[in-house]
Amino acid sequence: MSLLGFCQWLANTPGSIALHESIWAYPIVESVHVLTLCLFLGLTVMLDLRLLGVTMTRTPASEVLGRLLPWTIVGFAVMVATGALLFFAIPVKTYLNIFFRVKVAFLLLAGVNVAIFQRTVSRRMHQWDTDPVPPLGARLAAGVSLVLWAGIVVAGRMIAYNWFDKNP
Amino acid sequence: MSVLSFFTWCENTSLGEAIRASRWLFPAIESVHLLALAVIGGAVLVMNLRLLGLGIQRQPVDRLWRDTWPWLMGSLTVMLISGMLLFTSEAVKLYYHEAFWVKMSSLLLAMLFTFTVMRKVALADPDRVGPLWGKLAAVISILLWSTVGVCGRWIGFS
Repeated sequence: MSLLGFCQWLANTPGSIALHESIWAYPIVESVHVLTLCLFLGLTVMLDLRLLGVTMTRTPASEVLGRLLPWTIVGFAVMVATGALLFFAIPVKTYLNIFFRVKVAFLLLAGVNVAIFQRTVSRRMHQWDTDPVPPLGARLAAGVSLVLWAGIVVAGRMIAYNWFDKNP
Repeated sequence: MSVLSFFTWCENTSLGEAIRASRWLFPAIESVHLLALAVIGGAVLVMNLRLLGLGIQRQPVDRLWRDTWPWLMGSLTVMLISGMLLFTSEAVKLYYHEAFWVKMSSLLLAMLFTFTVMRKVALADPDRVGPLWGKLAAVISILLWSTVGVCGRWIGFS
């Protein structure tokens, strides 16, 4: 089955139709998705800004990461769950939306960025933990993260517009 | 001049007309508004989680307040400017939208609370102001800012 075929199948499931046609459930899921931005992305931004050496410079990087990461993980879980529900409600149109595809691509890149950070410069954090400005590798990871997440937010907002939709 | 006629005037300014006429201007400004939402949410949460005992505990509250302050002020400024631009493009619709008025009232309260009570609690001598006051202030702050956010999202549903 092609991805499009899967989306078409998904769109015809009772759950998808119910969510799509609901008066309250869909806007509530969407509101939770948008507002969890504060928890997930807000704290991710603060974390990245610490890694860039522009805020909380007198706080050890490990303290900022250790205390904020658990919250960002909770936030991310809510983002993914509500995001999946939003896709589930409108699968075909979303799949064909160019902004949705950009968003997914950026999400994957953001994941790769975190994986690289954790396997490289993060391993040596004890060496630069109390440095006000962390080493280039950490700043690079933080900068890339900020750019990608900004792109994800903008692309996510734009999914509402079908200017460049592909035809099925 | 009544409030409604002022809102009508706002909407009929060339700025309001330009945003309405453009296909991409409104979503672009909205995106900026959303990006600043993330930053303001982060700055508010770092501070409030610390007061609740669930955040960066190894740092004194006043130091965290001073560190997050520029980001709070910066993002709030971007929020207010982008918000006013969005407002200009659809002021009359907003006049009749309950969520808009609840949002503006809670925004005013949230800012007042942040600049007065939160500031006082954050910069107070920890020996004089007990942690319970900090927790109470954090809960009120989160409730006020959340109301602003929820109503903001709700303005879009009409």
